[in-house]
Amino acid sequence: MIFPALFFYLFAAVLIGSAVMVIASRNPVHSVLFLILAFVNASGLFVLLGAEFLAMILIVVYVGAVAVLFLFVIMMLDVDFAELREGFMEYLPFGLVIGGIFLAELIAVALGWAIGPTVSSAVTAPIPADVSNTEAIGLVLYTRYIHYFQLSGLVLLVAMIGAIVLTLRHKASVKRQSIAAQNARKKATAMAVRQVASGQGLRESDAAEWVK
Amino acid sequence: MTIGLGHYLAVGATLFTLGILGIFLNRKNVIVILMSIELILLAVNINLVAFSSFLHDIVGQVFALLVLTVAAAEAAIGLAVLVVYFRNRGSIAVEDINLMKG
Repeated sequence: MIFPALFFYLFAAVLIGSAVMVIASRNPVHSVLFLILAFVNASGLFVLLGAEFLAMILIVVYVGAVAVLFLFVIMMLDVDFAELREGFMEYLPFGLVIGGIFLAELIAVALGWAIGPTVSSAVTAPIPADVSNTEAIGLVLYTRYIHYFQLSGLVLLVAMIGAIVLTLRHKASVKRQSIAAQNARKKATAMAVRQVASGQGLRESDAAEWVK
Repeated sequence: MTIGLGHYLAVGATLFTLGILGIFLNRKNVIVILMSIELILLAVNINLVAFSSFLHDIVGQVFALLVLTVAAAEAAIGLAVLVVYFRNRGSIAVEDINLMKG
């Protein structure tokens, strides 16, 4: 079976290449589009690993929501991105040193690593063979990890409220409905009976004193 | 030619390094820094799912799901802060973020 290996190298190469383009591209809009490409290829890797549910969630949540959110914000803000890129070459050697040290450490870990003998007996929730990946996740997530699940829901709720509270603003120029003021209106404050002299009618210039 | 756990860990490590590098290279641009953080979290997720798949333990995928949730919340809050900051200062350069004199 050569195809899984072939697809692994395809997905991995495109993933790494688009990650490079995310951080190196001149235009942030291109960065976001490469980020989307990276996420799509990562979800391909997840499919190869047998995690289909996470692969689909990655597409729906990241490509569908987070990346589009990035795109919205970039296009909404009128920022001179050329100015923001000024220090790019200046930081390049420093960044390469830090990144090189980091990669060397990670490679050292990757080469010297082995799975301990007790790990296979310490598996908490073995993947069941006869159910789908989604069902297998659900069987664990909604029973043993129900508190984590609810906490993550709380995290999302707080994030939603926080984002709304941060960005909501009331402009003075925009008229809004005030339900409390409407409910507080009574007949006494809203209406007035006037005696109008016969044949004269009401003049517009008197309107100011009608309103209490 | 079989693809082992080491291959996936190598991809994850490279992605993580690229994320770190992105933070250093785009020190002025908050948006690209946020995207680099997304890359780092994606690398973490690849590691979690790879270990989950090769050790036949579903818990890694559950944990990856939680990481995904936190990453989405972080992106939403980060971008909201960015929008508010841009409204107040008319700029998103990191070096201008000094109102708190910290």
